[in-house]
Amino acid sequence: MRGRLNASLVAGGVLVAIVVLAALVSFVWTPHDPTLVDAAGKLREPGDGYLLGADKFGRDTFSQLMVGARTTLYVGIVAVGIAALIGTPLGVLAGMTPLGWLSELIMRVNDLVFAFPALLLAVMLGAVYGAGTLTAMIAIGVATVPAFARVARAATMQVMVTDYILAARAAGRRRTAVAFRHVLPNISSVLIVQASVSFAIAILAEAALSFLGFGTRPPIPSWGRMLQESQELLFSTPRLALWPGLAIALAVLGFNLLGDGLRDYLDPKLRRIRAER
Amino acid sequence: MILYLLKRLGVFVASTAVAGVLVFAFMAVLPGDPAEVALGVNATPEAVAALRAEFGTDRPAVTQFADWFGGLVTGDFGTSYVTSAPIGPQIAERLNVTVALVLGGMVIALLIAVPAGTFAAVHHRNPVGAAISAASQVGIAVPAFLAGILLVFVFAVKAQALPSGGYVPIADDPAEWLRSLLLPWLSLGLVQGAVLTRYVRSAVLDVMRDDYLRTARAKGRGRMGALWRHGLRNASVPVVTVLGLQLATLLIGAVVVERVFVIPGLGDLLLNGVAGRDLLLVQGVVMVLVAAVLLINFLVDVAYAALDPRLRGAR
Repeated sequence: MRGRLNASLVAGGVLVAIVVLAALVSFVWTPHDPTLVDAAGKLREPGDGYLLGADKFGRDTFSQLMVGARTTLYVGIVAVGIAALIGTPLGVLAGMTPLGWLSELIMRVNDLVFAFPALLLAVMLGAVYGAGTLTAMIAIGVATVPAFARVARAATMQVMVTDYILAARAAGRRRTAVAFRHVLPNISSVLIVQASVSFAIAILAEAALSFLGFGTRPPIPSWGRMLQESQELLFSTPRLALWPGLAIALAVLGFNLLGDGLRDYLDPKLRRIRAER
Repeated sequence: MILYLLKRLGVFVASTAVAGVLVFAFMAVLPGDPAEVALGVNATPEAVAALRAEFGTDRPAVTQFADWFGGLVTGDFGTSYVTSAPIGPQIAERLNVTVALVLGGMVIALLIAVPAGTFAAVHHRNPVGAAISAASQVGIAVPAFLAGILLVFVFAVKAQALPSGGYVPIADDPAEWLRSLLLPWLSLGLVQGAVLTRYVRSAVLDVMRDDYLRTARAKGRGRMGALWRHGLRNASVPVVTVLGLQLATLLIGAVVVERVFVIPGLGDLLLNGVAGRDLLLVQGVVMVLVAAVLLINFLVDVAYAALDPRLRGAR
């Protein structure tokens, strides 16, 4: 049974849809070339075809925000993809044999990876291979693996004690078949929620990395670097910090709300408990 | 209890050792020989060989690792290939600054989260409780460095009440030290406070539904009295876990906040090390940060057992 639409789901969905739409439209149209340096239009005030004005290089802020949305989603999709593809099988495997040595090993390695936050991984990868979008995506993805593995393991352990798994095992189904036919479909809602929350964290991490110079390289626009570039002009042109800051916060809020909303929507039991509160 | 602690301690020590191997191996694949880099392109092979021998990079990797990791235990992080300065004292000096930054941020986060979360739980059916929940949701969406930029705008640019950056050591001038750290503390604390508020709220809500609290109320204790006497200890178990995780997040968040406020902490040292290709320095700082995260996880496990005796037998 699926739930009804709730406020978090709708609000989160709308915010995420705006970011996705901005990114998609930016492939075919932006008001101006977001990378075009225009000395005459340096720090141009909003108006006159420049909705949000221009930065210190004369680049249109609105166009940069649109293409920045693309960077944000790109990093989020690849990073969460890496985390889900590695973390989910490991978590399911550990959850299906919770008392075995393999489970113990997986969870210990998991704890170890957990001690390497995305930022440190990105700095280390950046030092070896040069900083860029790719190293940022890999670093954020690998750092997010433990979260997926833990959630997948916990959910698998709950599914494994149900009668239908017992019946499937009794009927002679092999482990892999049980994992794909019974476990994965039943933990998918938990994983979808985790993906949404991880997406929000990936956006924050990408912004922080770009801010430090370990993320997307110029001239490709990114919200984090827009913020970093705006910092020296905070006294004279604070609007340059306002827009990318707002974009990051609204995108993160959107994915967090979407995660909360999906949790309630996909898990009617939880919804009942919340309603009682 | 002792057995549980020993087992956790064993896991902590083993994890730190494996993390050391990983950090060392990772930095060892860096392109460029430190001796060649230090001497430049015109150096003779003999000079490079001599410097390699001085750095010790001509020895087998296993020996180099054993030497480096053995040194860490005694606080000897080696000597920088770039500046020739010993690394240990630099890290110690910067660590003091970062620890002050992180702990101050955590104190502010707790000062916000415990009252706000408890209030939101107790009044979860009225608009004020809902407003606190909504505010914490918004706070979570703001990265600490963005909060820092906003705070600089309000308190340094507009009000001109606090410095926009820079750091004054506490030994030089305690009052200025406090002023220089106030905005960085708030940047970290406000965001973490928002995260923690949600967990405190949900932990308090959980214990409010428990039987023992109902019993305490039935015995005539007021709602806040019963919560204070019986609820907080139970609510603190999940909160301590999150607190540990958040402490690790704060440590890493501090790296970015140090950049915003130009504070000479560990993050600043790390990023300068990367920029200057100071391999051994980067290796040392990364190891300290990773070991700190592992230590925090270990302490969370210990706190767990201290707060909830049931958990001791469970592992």
